[in-house]
Amino acid sequence: MYKGVAVTGMGIISSIGNTVDENFQSLIERKHGISRIKKIETIHKNSIMVGEIDLSNDELIHFLGLPENNNYSRTALLGEVAAKEAVKNAQISDIDSYKTGLISATSVGGMDMTEKYYYSQFDESKNRKFIECHPAGDSSTKIAKSLGINDFVTTISTACSSSANAIMLGARMIKAGKLDRVIVGGTDCLSKFTINGFKTLMILSESNCKPFDENRTGLNLGEAAAYLVLESDEIVKKENKKVIAHVSGYANTNDAFHQTASSDNGEGATLAMKKALEVANLSPENIDYINAHGTATSNNDKSESKAILRVFGDNIPSLSSTKSYTGHTLAAAAAIEAVYSILSLQKDVIFPNLNYKTAISETGIIPVTEVLKKRSYHVLSNSFGFGGNCSTLIFSKS
Amino acid sequence: MKSCYINGIGCVSAQNTTRESASFKDFQELTENVVSAHKPNYKTFIKPAMIRRMANGVKMGVVASSLAMNEAGIDLPQAIITGTGMGCLIDSDKFLKNLIDNKEEYLTPTSFIQSTHNTVGAQIALGLECKAYNVTYVHAATSFESSLIDGMLMLTEEVDNVLVGGVDELGPYTTELHKLIDHVKDEDSLSEGILASKSKGAIFSEGAQFFVLENEKKKNTYAELRALTIINTPTENELKHKLLLFLRENNLEIQDIDLLICGNNGDVEFDSFYLNLQRSIFKNTQQVFYKHLCGEYNTVSAFGMYTACQLMRSQTVPDILKLNNVKVESIRNILLYNQYRGENHSFTLLSL
Amino acid sequence: MEELKLELKEKIIENLNLEDVELSEIADDEPLFGDGLGLDSIDALELIVMLDKDYGIKLSDPKLGKAIFESVEVMAKYIVENRNK
Repeated sequence: MYKGVAVTGMGIISSIGNTVDENFQSLIERKHGISRIKKIETIHKNSIMVGEIDLSNDELIHFLGLPENNNYSRTALLGEVAAKEAVKNAQISDIDSYKTGLISATSVGGMDMTEKYYYSQFDESKNRKFIECHPAGDSSTKIAKSLGINDFVTTISTACSSSANAIMLGARMIKAGKLDRVIVGGTDCLSKFTINGFKTLMILSESNCKPFDENRTGLNLGEAAAYLVLESDEIVKKENKKVIAHVSGYANTNDAFHQTASSDNGEGATLAMKKALEVANLSPENIDYINAHGTATSNNDKSESKAILRVFGDNIPSLSSTKSYTGHTLAAAAAIEAVYSILSLQKDVIFPNLNYKTAISETGIIPVTEVLKKRSYHVLSNSFGFGGNCSTLIFSKS
Repeated sequence: MKSCYINGIGCVSAQNTTRESASFKDFQELTENVVSAHKPNYKTFIKPAMIRRMANGVKMGVVASSLAMNEAGIDLPQAIITGTGMGCLIDSDKFLKNLIDNKEEYLTPTSFIQSTHNTVGAQIALGLECKAYNVTYVHAATSFESSLIDGMLMLTEEVDNVLVGGVDELGPYTTELHKLIDHVKDEDSLSEGILASKSKGAIFSEGAQFFVLENEKKKNTYAELRALTIINTPTENELKHKLLLFLRENNLEIQDIDLLICGNNGDVEFDSFYLNLQRSIFKNTQQVFYKHLCGEYNTVSAFGMYTACQLMRSQTVPDILKLNNVKVESIRNILLYNQYRGENHSFTLLSL
Repeated sequence: MEELKLELKEKIIENLNLEDVELSEIADDEPLFGDGLGLDSIDALELIVMLDKDYGIKLSDPKLGKAIFESVEVMAKYIVENRNK
């Protein structure tokens, strides 16, 4: 029976840890990374909470051993840290030995630098090196160069579902024999642009977010990066690789309802979950844990809940949103939640949905609120983005 | 992989390419260093209620995709895959400027929403109520090629048709920034065209080109999209090596290529990638270029593909495109080569 | 009040980019959302910013917007009662 595409390594940096192990420790110790914003000067600093990574850009540059005269945006710095951990974790010593690609996702790109030097670029030249790091593809090119990948490098940007689509494309290319190995995931840093953008939509919470709670007041933005290494069955066999999970199902559909809001009955989300199950050749009752998109906005959590009810009926599996730990990390969200889904499979544990008290009255779904020891075989992860992009991934125990 | 045929095209560019009888005979070489697209009458394509909130890039994309679908006779695509290097720049620049000028106060959401890279693909889906697979690629000069690769994969896996396109718009602030770092060609050097300019940078422009790809060859098929490969940052030797490998994988030798379409943009620093191939292994191949008609932007290779399709259909090569005087009896295999500033190289193979 | 209603109609047309709509086409009591002018939730957010910037009225909950923006008549009344500018 076809199990899916093998995952042989992963790497992550988020507000709850700089490595996979650190993230896992925080998850089981219920240590979230949400706080007031420290590194960005904004008039909103006392009215928002964020999932900010402690390390400064200088510290990241030092950690990566980059020359002082570099033009890395924070997005690229975070991405390179996570991608390097993933490649190391997959025990790849010679990247050239097989046809290897990188598919990365981002929505912020180098905007953190562009907004910093907006007017000063015209008066002085010292920061003009950052002009070239603004476009989304730049972070992927830098990460690929640092890893020595040249066979296939591309970047996806579909708002909050971006890295799910990166993982999906990677899996499809391995299945089709187009690549032997691919590093897939995403990266986004905090920026004034996104903070203000989300502020104008009035969906930022002033306190720690409460996914799936009746009294939720919006999301917390976060920053993070995470990557998985996917390898073909041939490599796994030949190199006797340890497989940590399989990408067994995936789907991408469009809600086609509104530019930023999800449809009331969660049509796009329903189609995505159903299709992912089909690809995985699984039924709803085979899913042991749903790592939900659960941003804690009024709209998403209701819409996603309705979609979950439509797909799973009376048998809703254990469910939680780990955005209560990390905040919503935009293009990186699906990738970090892929790491958490795989950790759940590896360690037989389901991570809690923090800050929950009361079920949404219209749907009554109750998430897991304690660290739950449970053996899972199949985990479903949702990521829904602006523009109606609905993506679902299913990870299965190896 | 299943066969892939180009059955519909829509093109918005610096030339009047949305006109039904658009022809290279009527196109004029660009003489300015920043050129906006020739705008069609948007109201004939888009409902007023939707136009009001649409960014320039979105309008161009909606028109180009409509034209492509009309030509292919499709109402609802089974996948929508879009490439864009910079997304909707005008709105992104606008939101950022307001943010900084007003010190984060009194900001409104519309330009923020429009600035997300996947806005074009999303708006096309919204207008059609299309719930199918929808992805946006944002990798500089291979954004369009990435979309094509995904499209070809989709056609093999599960669908019969795919709408694929490339869109990029000019943003005033971003253009000014790029002038600071010599990415925009000095207008004074353009008096004799881009190839004679011997200066840094390229003509900046904008456009949207969409294609309907199908599994089936039809009466109105332009060409078969046979294969394509992208290479991020090769040396010149690696490039040659990869090209020969690419041709061999498709059972072709250099002499089987009837027409080479290159993305020469007159940039004295980076056109050498093209010239090295054009003067060596392709010196006996018919060669054309196109960026003197449409300028440079991250997804401009889609205009190259538009050009290739028109030439494949007409089996003639207009003088305005010619780079040399080699002639061939018939055009059966076209190779397109593009790169931007030495990165994100792509080879695309079209066959009759 | 009449002057304010006219002013509001001008601002609605300008801020929401309704280039094809004439001032005379917006009736004082015409529903702005759903049927009538057909505005949506993003337009509501734009109008909320306008209330703050031009009239000094801050709305913290976007859901309140629906009631206030029912029609130009209702909007004008609300502004007269609550304006700080």
